[in-house]
Amino acid sequence: MYAFTYRKAKDVKDAAAGLAKNADAKLLAGGQSLIAAMKLRLSAPPELIDLGTISELRGIKSDGKNVVIGAMTRHAEVAASTDVKKAIPALAYLASQIGDRMVRNMGTLGGAIAHNDPAADYPAAVVGLGATVETNKRKIDADAFFKGIYETALDPGEIITSVSFPIPKRAAYMKFKQPASRFAMVGVMVADTGKDVRVAVTGAGPCVFRVKEMEQALGKKFAPDSVANIKVPDKGLNSDIHASAEYRAHLVTVMAKRAVEAALK
Amino acid sequence: MASMNIIGTSVKRTEDYRFLTGGGQYTDDVAPHHATYAVFVRSPHAHAKIKGIKTDKAAKARGVHAVYTGDDIAKAGINGLPCGWLITDVNGQPMKEPPYPVLAQGKVRHVGERVAVVIADTLHEARDAAELVEVDYEVLPAVVNGAEARKKGAPVLHEIAPDNTCYVWAIGDKAKVDDVFKSAAHTTKLEFVNNRLIPNAIEPRAAIGNYSRAEDAYTLHVASQNPHVERLLMTAFVMGLPEHKVHVIAPDVGGGFGSKIYLYGEDVVVTWASKQINRPVKWTADRVESFSSDAHGRDHVTTAELALDKDGKFLAMRVHTTANVGAYLSTFASCVPTILYATLLAGQYTTPVIYCEVTAVFTNTTPVDAYRGAGRPEATYVVERLVETAAREMKIDPAEIRRRNFIKEFPYQTPVALLYDTGNYNATLDAATKLGDVAGYAKRKEQSKARGKLRGIGYSCYIEACGIAPSSVAGSLGARAGLYEAGEVRVHPTGKVTVFTGSHSHGQGHETTFAQVVASRLGIPMDDVHIVHGDTSKILFGMGTYGSRSIAVGGTAIVKAVDKVIAKGKKIAAHLMEAAENDVEFSDGIFRVTGTDKQVPFGQVALTAYVPHNYPHDKLEPGLNENAFYDPSNFTFPAGSYVCEVEVDPDTGKTSIESFVAVDDFGKIINPMIVEGQVQGGLTQGIGQALMEGCRYDSASGQLLTGTLTDYCLPRAEDVPHFKIDTRETPCTHNPLGVKGCGEAGAIGAPAALMNAITDAIGVRDLAMPATAETVWRAIAMKKAA
Amino acid sequence: MPVKVSMTVNGKPVSAEVEERTLLVNFIREHLRLTGTHVGCDTAQCGACTIEMNGDAVKACNMLAMQAEGAKITTIEGIAAADGTLHPMQEAFREHHALQCGFCTPGMVISAIDLVRRHPNPSEEVVRAELDGNFCRCTGYHNIVKAILDAAPKVAAMR
Ligand SMILES: Cc1cc2nc3c(=O)[nH]c(=O)nc-3n(C[C@H](O)[C@H](O)[C@H](O)COP(=O)(O)OP(=O)(O)OC[C@H]3O[C@@H](n4cnc5c(N)ncnc54)[C@H](O)[C@@H]3O)c2cc1C
Ligand code: FES
Ligand code: FES
Repeated sequence: MYAFTYRKAKDVKDAAAGLAKNADAKLLAGGQSLIAAMKLRLSAPPELIDLGTISELRGIKSDGKNVVIGAMTRHAEVAASTDVKKAIPALAYLASQIGDRMVRNMGTLGGAIAHNDPAADYPAAVVGLGATVETNKRKIDADAFFKGIYETALDPGEIITSVSFPIPKRAAYMKFKQPASRFAMVGVMVADTGKDVRVAVTGAGPCVFRVKEMEQALGKKFAPDSVANIKVPDKGLNSDIHASAEYRAHLVTVMAKRAVEAALK
Repeated sequence: MASMNIIGTSVKRTEDYRFLTGGGQYTDDVAPHHATYAVFVRSPHAHAKIKGIKTDKAAKARGVHAVYTGDDIAKAGINGLPCGWLITDVNGQPMKEPPYPVLAQGKVRHVGERVAVVIADTLHEARDAAELVEVDYEVLPAVVNGAEARKKGAPVLHEIAPDNTCYVWAIGDKAKVDDVFKSAAHTTKLEFVNNRLIPNAIEPRAAIGNYSRAEDAYTLHVASQNPHVERLLMTAFVMGLPEHKVHVIAPDVGGGFGSKIYLYGEDVVVTWASKQINRPVKWTADRVESFSSDAHGRDHVTTAELALDKDGKFLAMRVHTTANVGAYLSTFASCVPTILYATLLAGQYTTPVIYCEVTAVFTNTTPVDAYRGAGRPEATYVVERLVETAAREMKIDPAEIRRRNFIKEFPYQTPVALLYDTGNYNATLDAATKLGDVAGYAKRKEQSKARGKLRGIGYSCYIEACGIAPSSVAGSLGARAGLYEAGEVRVHPTGKVTVFTGSHSHGQGHETTFAQVVASRLGIPMDDVHIVHGDTSKILFGMGTYGSRSIAVGGTAIVKAVDKVIAKGKKIAAHLMEAAENDVEFSDGIFRVTGTDKQVPFGQVALTAYVPHNYPHDKLEPGLNENAFYDPSNFTFPAGSYVCEVEVDPDTGKTSIESFVAVDDFGKIINPMIVEGQVQGGLTQGIGQALMEGCRYDSASGQLLTGTLTDYCLPRAEDVPHFKIDTRETPCTHNPLGVKGCGEAGAIGAPAALMNAITDAIGVRDLAMPATAETVWRAIAMKKAA
Repeated sequence: MPVKVSMTVNGKPVSAEVEERTLLVNFIREHLRLTGTHVGCDTAQCGACTIEMNGDAVKACNMLAMQAEGAKITTIEGIAAADGTLHPMQEAFREHHALQCGFCTPGMVISAIDLVRRHPNPSEEVVRAELDGNFCRCTGYHNIVKAILDAAPKVAAMR
């Protein structure tokens, strides 16, 4: 790790002021991605601003229509939350599948989506459930938030404060894990919002994406068979030592089908 | 008095309390005063010329004491790392032994090779400064695949081996074997890769060099499986230091699996540098460093053929293997794909003639050496995949074909040099098929099918040669070291006993097992016995722990020393009881005069030896302290039968292990609990090899693609089943304990059982390891398409 | 620029001046000389460094010492009773031979205690799944799983 200076932010305003002062400073949430990268000297921020003690950023609220989760809420809290389990069990399940218990005790929702790892789980939830990302400056629609590999719509100095997940009629998440890292080789969130159906895929491509053809088919008939024969093109999908693009494309179909099955249970 | 014989009981381990409470002391836990920290600058390239190294910026950085490069090492007269086993080529020439420099000399030959070292007050400072070392590389084309490296025009690693070939070695009668193949009723041929593995002991390697000016001597703390061998190689071959002035301590070691047998350059550098800067120098590997600098294992490309008669009797076997030894010859690299591999190709069978030819090849990859099983897993894989495939082709039940060919009479001389002393292969196979409920398999297969899953069953009947020895035979085969073990039994005046063993424990539980042996033989409580290992100043000598040799060789050395103690004790007791020595017998901790009620306990004899007021001074020296060296007369031959059942999800290709049965014959067992633990661990590494582990290099650049735990997949708890384990016992005939060794069995036998089961499940002839979900899915898809 | 960090470790308040980039695991091992917490990797995967922070298991290698400011930390050295009596989880590990080289053991024990607190009566499947953050290269997990299943009711009875 390279040397840096460290400070704890008192509140969101204080953190924003810190970022305004030092454009190269970075926010520290759970550190499960950031510290890991800094240890390998892949990231070298001169200053860290720790959001860890800002209580306004932490917590889960459910009003029957939306589940609103603070940016600094740990994955373990989301996974264990009775509110989330009741309103959107697929979301609690997704959170329970991130990394391992120790990672979930530190890692946060805000950090995960700001980082936007191509194989991260939360982006599938945010896009699949059609959530809204709230920052200290504005509200960003899920479909506009994730821009590309490790890239989001966040402006410099912008801080995620919470994410609001509309409660769907039914939804499910299916994850096929990359065996070594346990990130998603392919993860598919299928949600029937009552108005429409959304299918979001993570792990397969450089960034989370929706599968419109599946959404339409499921819109007509919400059943596993509707997606069983829909293949996403493997062009542009990730290909690495763990899985070829072709295999990932195949898994998208299998996981989508299984997610629909699970959503119907 | 109750018998003190606790051999064969599952005594809880003595060492556990310290490990469970954070009291273990591993090398990185040792913190000498004023320690400095070393960071190695490593090659980012697989193959490159070093045109120059600029160290001035790094040397001036905060906290830095010194920066050394290959030039400094050469100037200091430090030699390269030696190879401990000379293999002779088929044309009578010695193998090619290119220099293996401690720090690169002019050229780097694999990613991660040591190029320079930076030593600073803190680890952060050393890391910061290491980035300031500027190395000017001229990148050369690289080759990572053994077969590619032999092709004309392949990049050449070492001048002395222009075809990148270290040796071509062979065993067996080629002409005879070829003849049999010509006329055989059936032949089976397979071509496969035994995948390269990265050992990944959870404790990374570490070393702390500490030179004392007061004593003009060095202390090296190192995560090693054999401190004496480390010292011998380092002093006699590499540094030219006086052996008695180097004190090597291998404290608690967090797993080895082979990777901590060898002398590594880092160990030499910290030792040497500690004198240069007159401060202790500490180095602990990052996991990322471990991946590219710990010796790797396996990496064979093999063509194997079996000839059978019409009844499935094996007539001959023919094997051609290319073994990738990496960029340099690591300490035992040369004997692994030869002596420890080809000699095991008879397996448990009476195959009358066998020919095996091995070509060892240099490539731009991390050196390959012994990893749990070392040669024997590769041999078992060859034999057991061939046998199973032949059975399927000939429509003979795979268990039945094995039974038809089992060796049933012992001793048995194989056509590949080994003399099996004892065994009962039907017994282990029978037990395994029962324990695995093979009879109920068909029904389970139906049930799987109803769930849309493909079920398969696979066998593997392995044999291994353990307790490597005798020295004279090993020497004639090229070993440059002896293969005995040493032990010392020091009885204290109070009757307590300290045992010093040249074996080393890094998880095997010697502190318990050896104490059981000594306590049982001396008839004293186990608490009265303390086992010391891993310290060259305390222990007279040692060859260390590898090749499942500790109990068979190290344990026997201790038994011999104990017997000397008892013999001397009898003389003392005879004097005390005023009896003839021949009339004194010893059992359960008491010396007795036969046929009388005269007796003295062991403790009194011990006290007398040290307070010799009433003592046969004319016949005996005081004291009760005995040494023994034991050089076995033969290998031991553990063997066993494994049966594995898998279920494959045809949609994803994912395999789950539904049942894994292992029935082993390790001869006599001292502590069944510890033995089972060894089997479970070995099986898991074998399962890892078959299902998920595989080192990958980029073929063009030679970059290591599996360089972290996020890419190299180690088995987790979820990946392995609840094992069903049992043993059968044919005692080894040539050591007093009747023991054979158990440390590697699981890793040796498991891969073939699994691959046999998966290929059975999906109905294909062969499949590459590791059988990842995608590999299996593709095989299913290809079969469908065909 | 050194910063001051304070926390409670195994019931004792501790504080020190450290470099900002000091990881919690280095603070524990090097500043407090509690070397039972191990480091087995640099990608936060092996779990050898697992400790308890404010009642939750976390990986001490993947966080700054500063992130534990004011926290209550328990390391393996703080698990047994003051008189040295092993915690039921430690005892079960010993009883079932759930350790060999011992390197993964401290993290494994802490993780296991955390596991049975959340699942007082876990199935074998749950135990295996919940151990995914801890590698053991020696035992094949078999006896670790047995030990945890055995200890679960005893740990539950403790509270
Ligand atoms: C061993 C391991 C396994 C893992 N497995 C998985 C997995 O299976 N699936 C998965 O999805 N993830 C996985 N992760 C990643 C984990 O989920 C991380 O917690 C997450 O990616 C980042 O969250 P964090 O709170 O730790 O963020 P940090 O690491 O602290 O920060 C990440 C980035 O986000 C920025 N940031 C943080 N908070 C905010 C905010 N409020 N506003 C704006 N920017 C912000 C930071 O500046 C930084 O650039 C794993 C991590 C590890 C170490
Ligand atoms: S050292 Fe922390 S997870 Fe490996
Ligand atoms: S006991 Fe050695 S790593 Fe677990």
